[in-house]
Amino acid sequence: MNFDELFGHLGQHTVDGLSKGAIYALIALGYTLVYGVLRLINFAHSEVFMVGTFAVLGVWTALGVENNPPIGQAVLFLVIGLVVAALASGGTALAIERIAYRPLRRKNAPPLIFLITAIGLSLVLVEVFGLLLPDVAGGALPSMFGRARQIVGMPTILKQETLFEIGGTQITNIQLIVFVCAVVMMALLDWFINRTRYGRGVRAVAQNPETAALMGVNQERVIMLIFVLGGIMAGAAALLWSMRFGFTQNSIGFVLGLKAFTAAVLGGIGNLRGALVGGLFLGIVEVYGATLLSSQWEDVIAFVVLVVVLMFRPTGLLGESLGRARA
Amino acid sequence: MRRSYVRVLGAAAIAVAMVGAAGCQDSGGGDSTASGDCGGKIAIFGAFTGDNAGLVLPSLNGAKLAVKQHNEKNPDCKVTLQEFDTQGDPAVATPFANQIAGDNSFLGVIGGHFSGESDATMPIYQAAGLAMVSPSATRTDLTQKGNTSFFRVVGHDGTQAGAVATYLKSQNAAKVFLIDDGSAYGAGITAELGKNLGATLAGTDKIQEKQSQFDATVSKIKSAQADFVFYGGYTREAAPLVKQMRAAGVQAKFVGPDGLYDPAFPQGASGGAEGAIITCPCLPADKAGGTFSADYQKEYGQAPGSYGAEGFDGAQIYLDAFKDGKKTRADILAYVKSYDKQGVSKYIKFDDKGDVDPSKVVIWAYQIKGTEISALQELKLS
Amino acid sequence: MIDKIRNADRRRIGAITAVGDRWRALPKWQRILGVVAFVVFLYHLPWLGKLPGGLIIPGLNDLRTDSITGGNNWAGVLFVCAIYVLVAVGLNVVVGLAGLLDLGYIGFFAIGAYSVALFGSVNSPVVKWFQREFDLPETWAVTWAICLFIAIVLTLISGVLLGWPTLRLRGDYLAIVTLGFGEIIRIVARNSENITNGPQGISAIPGPEGPPSADNQVFGLIDARPWYWLAITAVLLMVFAVRRLEHSRVGRAWLAVREDEDAAAVMGVYPFKFKLWAFAIGAALGGLAGFLFASRNAFIDPTQFNVNLSILFVAMVVVGGSGNMVGVSLGAVLLAYLPERFREIADYRWLAFGLAMVLVMILRPQGLIPSRRRTRELKDRAAEAEEAPAHV
Repeated sequence: MNFDELFGHLGQHTVDGLSKGAIYALIALGYTLVYGVLRLINFAHSEVFMVGTFAVLGVWTALGVENNPPIGQAVLFLVIGLVVAALASGGTALAIERIAYRPLRRKNAPPLIFLITAIGLSLVLVEVFGLLLPDVAGGALPSMFGRARQIVGMPTILKQETLFEIGGTQITNIQLIVFVCAVVMMALLDWFINRTRYGRGVRAVAQNPETAALMGVNQERVIMLIFVLGGIMAGAAALLWSMRFGFTQNSIGFVLGLKAFTAAVLGGIGNLRGALVGGLFLGIVEVYGATLLSSQWEDVIAFVVLVVVLMFRPTGLLGESLGRARA
Repeated sequence: MRRSYVRVLGAAAIAVAMVGAAGCQDSGGGDSTASGDCGGKIAIFGAFTGDNAGLVLPSLNGAKLAVKQHNEKNPDCKVTLQEFDTQGDPAVATPFANQIAGDNSFLGVIGGHFSGESDATMPIYQAAGLAMVSPSATRTDLTQKGNTSFFRVVGHDGTQAGAVATYLKSQNAAKVFLIDDGSAYGAGITAELGKNLGATLAGTDKIQEKQSQFDATVSKIKSAQADFVFYGGYTREAAPLVKQMRAAGVQAKFVGPDGLYDPAFPQGASGGAEGAIITCPCLPADKAGGTFSADYQKEYGQAPGSYGAEGFDGAQIYLDAFKDGKKTRADILAYVKSYDKQGVSKYIKFDDKGDVDPSKVVIWAYQIKGTEISALQELKLS
Repeated sequence: MIDKIRNADRRRIGAITAVGDRWRALPKWQRILGVVAFVVFLYHLPWLGKLPGGLIIPGLNDLRTDSITGGNNWAGVLFVCAIYVLVAVGLNVVVGLAGLLDLGYIGFFAIGAYSVALFGSVNSPVVKWFQREFDLPETWAVTWAICLFIAIVLTLISGVLLGWPTLRLRGDYLAIVTLGFGEIIRIVARNSENITNGPQGISAIPGPEGPPSADNQVFGLIDARPWYWLAITAVLLMVFAVRRLEHSRVGRAWLAVREDEDAAAVMGVYPFKFKLWAFAIGAALGGLAGFLFASRNAFIDPTQFNVNLSILFVAMVVVGGSGNMVGVSLGAVLLAYLPERFREIADYRWLAFGLAMVLVMILRPQGLIPSRRRTRELKDRAAEAEEAPAHV
């Protein structure tokens, strides 16, 4: 138990945890949106994120990005990366919905069937990006996607620098960007769901699909919309990830998706603000835990905290609701 | 109703007939010696597909190359190399061991490539009297279990850790921070090194496989004010770790074992791994004996990675045995035991436990320059 | 194209149902004879396609995994199939009968495996501690049969311990909590070096005749067939036991809870109690499977209890036909057998597996051999969907 380290640099660990949790939160939104409307765990969402990171990798490689470009170019690359990742992730999410979930929804299959289908899709995506892509790309685009199942590095877009220091707590430019971007994206989504006409449709379907249909809400469109929105958020997370960590691999989705899903459940699945709270909370808990014990206990701590929270608040920290609680 | 009645009876009759006919016939069967005066079959097993295949394939390719060269030179002494892909899973390696042990046409085994699968299958091969030559199972205690048919043409973790400790001492390392990934390989070699460090050990941390964010670890390194960081593990975690260390301004030198002897490491860290030191019980290409490196390059279009030379040596031992006219498992086992020749990776002569004579093990330090892994110096063992 | 497949599939379902109905219509003695013949066939499987004197039956021989070059030992693969069937039967109690989504089943499997490893192997730190504390000889370890008892008791207890706080949670929450449980078991096993040897694993795990040794009469080192026969015996016993349970009061209670928890509670069936029962029984079966797995391999390390495997377990139950023991067994056998038999696709096996999973689920959500009740439920749901297309 390394209390000295934890409390000696409590502020620093909190900042680290927040920037870690911000990425969880963005991915968690995808789970929460789909769950809020369809009541199903979109297990393949982790791969939506993974596709996003490969899209960033692909476009940066194609643009010939070098390490530490001048700031103007860096911003340009980040914006291009964001657009491409959002397109790729949103497209993947939509494709998953069309190919796999729609036929099942037609049959009104029970949730377990959706889950297994999603797991199958996950496997397919992971393997396609791990094996087929390097094989296909190996000839045409040498070394762009690495070797089979290998980790691939990306250029460093922004050099990590300490922006300011408050009482020994250093906040770096990257941490700040990650955190601010995540919160802004989430605020935008929150506004979209709560303040726009489309958002009202989403909330209506989440509350009561039959009535929403009677009121003229096109349910299929709403479902497509939430998958695309979730995908865009995962794409944003993919860009932030690429900027901060600068690598990807076909299998990065699984662990991250698991954590993001845990975050969504922690905050109250189906609740957008819950995803933010859950993500940040999980990030902080993990960094504290890893500091206190060692990083190898990180996942155990995360899951134990999940169980404890669920015992006292069976529907997560903020309770589950998209708009309002659903009967 | 009548039809199904007949069907059930028929099925039962067939089943009974099959049981009766089968008797006590063994699936393995076959003659105890290979046909012809020379040659035979050897088996090689390891993770040839799956996540860890990248580490093992060079060894397989090395062994294939040795067999190919042998068969070209000795058309009257054909040797067959049979691959068995375990995916690195001990539970898959065990039935393979049953298969190989039960099939008397196999006269020798190359493998296992990981320590776990070696540990799981050692008793089976020993019971079958088959020699096992491992190109890359480095866990120290594998040869301490009293097994008499296990050999390895690679230095064990203790040797490499000793060499790393000596290297660190020679670099005047004052504060060494140890990190491992909790895998059998990474934790094993790091623990061995920890025993050798003494007062220079400044701190330790363990990370998890597939971890991507290392804030907690990096701040521990910072707090310890380490001047050297040793990471025991593989590329997947090492590349992001070293990159995040550098981004956070940690200047400590990064040292890792042969698990990082992998072109994906500098590539995956995209510049972060510059100057990192990798130790490996493998000779630099230009120092390796004979024309091995050039041949390998020509055959597979890439440099022999980790354990390519060891795979070649493992196969070469059996090829020499066949050439010497050995035709039974017992003869070959005895031949391996008394093997005493210069190999491609090192001079090969086994001690009574099955380890290569420690004085013959060579460990080299390599340094990352750009995306290249270039040879730096040979390390003293202790 | 899809429609064509669907029609063919519908005809096939008809055929399967017809076979099932005809089977149930047979006189009892004929059914018993059929079952006996099938059991004999199971025990005979290691010789599949082989005749005395080295003759082979071409068609049947090709089914064997050792008929391809680089193929795996046939009896060894059969053993794995049997273990997976045991897992599927156990998980079926939880998922198929009680309707609880358990994504952490590997945790119980691991506890069963570690029970025999920690108490039965002379290389385990636990046994070494006993030897030191009580001045026991260096060859002392807990005997296999007692380890079996320990394994089942430990998994039962851990099933109750996990179920007690979590079974009150709704389905999806339960899924993530059990998933976490499976991970926790693996990570603890890996990190507790003083107890489990950590990542190095434990070797020399005993079998029924004691530690693995070439001198063992039956469970020797080279021949894997006795292990298969042991496992298939366990499978048959457990299938029989679970079948009895399914048709008992407990089984009916599970069914009631699965279909409508509130209605069941109103009728005096206390859902929590029966869910906990299902969880504990499922856990014990998983523990038994893990126990046999560890004994046979004589070596385990934490990497073998990966959470991916846990998800695959659920997949084999659902793909096979959740709720139907024949179905889940088929799912298990396919999962263990196909990758071994079709090693040619090697690196693409997971891709193929994922595709197969998606296709089966889209075309046949009720599984390959569905339970009759489940099929009816699904049909009802589909009909509901057609009546009210808005309902999600």
